[in-house]
Amino acid sequence: MQEAMIKRAKELLAEGTVNRVMGWQAGEFAYDITPTVFSSADELDKAFVYNDFCSANVSKYMIKESRKEGKILCFLKPCDSYSFNQLLAEHRIWRDNVYIIGIPSYGKVDVNKVRAKGVTGITGIHTDGPNVVVETIYGSETMVKMDVMEDRCLCCKSKKHMVYDELLGEEGEVLQSNRFEQVEALENMTPEERYEFWRSELSKCIRCNACRNVCPACTCENCVFDNPASGVANKAPSSDFEENMFHIIRAFHVAGRCTDCGECSRVCPQNIPLHLLNRKFIKDINELYGTYQAGEDKDARGPLTNFTVDDCEPSIVHHRRG
Amino acid sequence: MLKVSVDKINDLFRAIAATQKLYLPVDTNAGAQYREWSEGVTMSQALNTNRSAKDFFFPQTENLAEFKMEGKKIEVKPQVNEYEDYVVFGVRACDAASFAILDRVFLSEPVDTFYAHRREHGTIITLACNRPAETCFCTTFGVDPAVPGGDVSAWQKGEELYLEAQTEKGEKLLQAVAGALSQAESEDIEPVKAAIRVMMEKLPLAKLSLKGIEDQKMLDLFYSDKWNALSESCLGCGTCTFVCPTCQCYDVRDFDTGNGIQRFRCWDSCMYSDFTKMAHGNIRNSQMERFRQRFMHKLVYFPENNEGIYSCVGCGRCLAKCPIHMNIVKVIKTMGGTENE
Amino acid sequence: MSERIDPLIPMVGVVTDIRVDTPDVKTFRVEAPEGGKVFEHIPGQCAMLSVPGVGEGMFSITSSPTQKNYMEFSIKKCGCVTSWLHSMEVGQMITIRGPYGNGFPVDTDFKGKDMVFIAGGIGLAPLHSVINYARDKRDQYGTIDVVYGSRSMDDLVDFPEIQNVWCKEEGMNVHLTIDREQEGWDGHVGFVPNYVKELGFDASKTFIICGPPIMIKFTLAGLTEMGIAKNQVYTTMELKMKCGIGKCGRCNIGDKYVCKDGPVFRCDQIDEMTNEY
Repeated sequence: MQEAMIKRAKELLAEGTVNRVMGWQAGEFAYDITPTVFSSADELDKAFVYNDFCSANVSKYMIKESRKEGKILCFLKPCDSYSFNQLLAEHRIWRDNVYIIGIPSYGKVDVNKVRAKGVTGITGIHTDGPNVVVETIYGSETMVKMDVMEDRCLCCKSKKHMVYDELLGEEGEVLQSNRFEQVEALENMTPEERYEFWRSELSKCIRCNACRNVCPACTCENCVFDNPASGVANKAPSSDFEENMFHIIRAFHVAGRCTDCGECSRVCPQNIPLHLLNRKFIKDINELYGTYQAGEDKDARGPLTNFTVDDCEPSIVHHRRG
Repeated sequence: MLKVSVDKINDLFRAIAATQKLYLPVDTNAGAQYREWSEGVTMSQALNTNRSAKDFFFPQTENLAEFKMEGKKIEVKPQVNEYEDYVVFGVRACDAASFAILDRVFLSEPVDTFYAHRREHGTIITLACNRPAETCFCTTFGVDPAVPGGDVSAWQKGEELYLEAQTEKGEKLLQAVAGALSQAESEDIEPVKAAIRVMMEKLPLAKLSLKGIEDQKMLDLFYSDKWNALSESCLGCGTCTFVCPTCQCYDVRDFDTGNGIQRFRCWDSCMYSDFTKMAHGNIRNSQMERFRQRFMHKLVYFPENNEGIYSCVGCGRCLAKCPIHMNIVKVIKTMGGTENE
Repeated sequence: MSERIDPLIPMVGVVTDIRVDTPDVKTFRVEAPEGGKVFEHIPGQCAMLSVPGVGEGMFSITSSPTQKNYMEFSIKKCGCVTSWLHSMEVGQMITIRGPYGNGFPVDTDFKGKDMVFIAGGIGLAPLHSVINYARDKRDQYGTIDVVYGSRSMDDLVDFPEIQNVWCKEEGMNVHLTIDREQEGWDGHVGFVPNYVKELGFDASKTFIICGPPIMIKFTLAGLTEMGIAKNQVYTTMELKMKCGIGKCGRCNIGDKYVCKDGPVFRCDQIDEMTNEY
């Protein structure tokens, strides 16, 4: 796939369809890949990669890139295409300045899960069918890919692209995902247990803002939490309640717009399962307003911004016991 | 040189914890984190903790003073903390080296008393790195993980843990827990040290050199056009700064408790858009400028003011944690002109 | 150990006088609650003033150290803290800590020199301290020239003192200018950098500049044209600060911290610094 992508990118650059290519750049090791804008065939040959470690969702970069001179080629995984489409719906991306090639994703590998197996000194890592082979300075190890795949990929919602100009590889289908099972587990807790769960998770927060800054739904020009006049702009919690506030307010703000791409949990340096907050909102929205997937249809009206007389009453919260 | 058998290590922990608090790395769902030891707590086998050990001296947030306001009057109540002696076990050589860098900031005149108190009350037991990771590059900064420093250094050899005091404070601690330890020979751990050094040589970043940076002038590095590409995909989050053992920038803020004003200090990040923002403008408006500041500080400004000592210890946390995998190693290689080596 | 007071803990000061200088500049006199100065300083140094709950900010000490009973601060209203300060009444307490920074080399490099002070708008504030210091120790310095400009007549800070005291002092020449013609103004009209060129100064004098960055930039260029070496020109900088003691990490220009290595820099030093100011 990587070769096919480089070949196609070079063609589009050569014929002048695009003047830049948004992709992923190889790093020091096999897995530390950086989203990068390439502007020549040479640069593509030198460092462009696409493999099971290209996790980063590049849609958000298109807000900035699509405002620049000329058209940019952007490779989107199925998951990223939902984010891109949602950003189109919110008029954040200038569609005419982006040429999209949809590419398949076979599930990304989480290097932290590899490390959790006690593997360290990683010098090389590649997927080989159902397995991952890890080369280390201490020797090589083979493990089952499913065991070290990112959590979000284990409950993938779709292998189908929501927006593209052309596709490389075969188009997939929307999947029957079990992603709401984790939310159900939380719903089945007692309120005390649930409170404890979130307290212990959210208290790990170090307010690095990585979740917010990576989130394709967080696109405010100036975030309320960065505005000193807002009264909530503290960088660190001055009371225990503050880190809860940050995440809960953020979850409310992206409700109905979050596509469940899972970047928030991927980037959290403290391993807080932030996506569960958003996924709970998605599940509730599905149940209360009918099934809705943000990013599926750029012309659809958002469930929380669209009023119908059949909408449930606020008292539903009481009836559903939270 | 003293030793204790690894299966009896709890005897040592118990002896230390009998007189003061003992913290050590423990596996949690947020990776290895320092936790207080109590019966039943087992030490993590992870190479390093998720967050650095700087938290012990420079916590993410701490109160400085409280102000009581009444009419036109203000009463200042400086924060009074009770400081207790404590021991941190299992600090790696890189983090131990970071303390000397933090000391240069906080213990230089005028001394930061909050930091100074915590530093004075803590005894650090380091642990040599038998299994370094690919993200390690401490040797670039002159750190030797075979000689990890601290007040007491520890080495694990097979089923035995060797301990040797490095400072007076360390000496005192080992004397106090002598009952849990037996005598050993210094030569016993030489093979461990040699093995660590062999592993360090094999690491992918073993040859990382600052020569290319050292050879350039501050202004040439500052005005280099390479910063644009390096910072292009930076998210502007504070992950690198907050997990970094040497990043120490802070903010001072006020919080209305409803009962007075609490002035507190918290970690800040030069990567944040409001870091240098004033009422009438900002000297670093773009992420490129903020990104450049962070690395210029570590690799050029800090050494310029501190006899050539870099403000990085090669712990590798930023390599592991940056959401887009941009980090100081890539910066050193690109700016130093050695990216293809 | 416990008797050590942390440098971040402020003292209390009482505002004993408030003078309205211009529509957006007020001068505040600050004394210790028991009377007298909260601390001693040298000209060009700064202090951290704060209103708890609103914020803390770094301000130049406008009064001369030769003033034994109080300190003064001329402050322009532009953000949260300054707006709050402007709303204060006499008798209000604020918090204060300092002094911070290097100050001007009044007892070394400036000794015996002819000095030309060039200021624009609120930029007079940090120079005010040095000018009055030199006036009070008149025999230790040569001639004093002050070139001071503002948007309008109403925006000249300390206008009464300039008119009634400085203008009448022997060995002191005051050159005032405003940006645009104005009724009741018979003085010079035009921007400071041009006025400095018009006046033309002997290249052996020492120059001390403070004002908006654009004014400093053009004045410096003008002085260079006039053949004045950069090591005879001094200026004072302002950046966002939190600690004032070189630790919080935000007021650096390259490897120099404005709070500790500055705020006073010689212009040949600035050439060796990065352009982030």
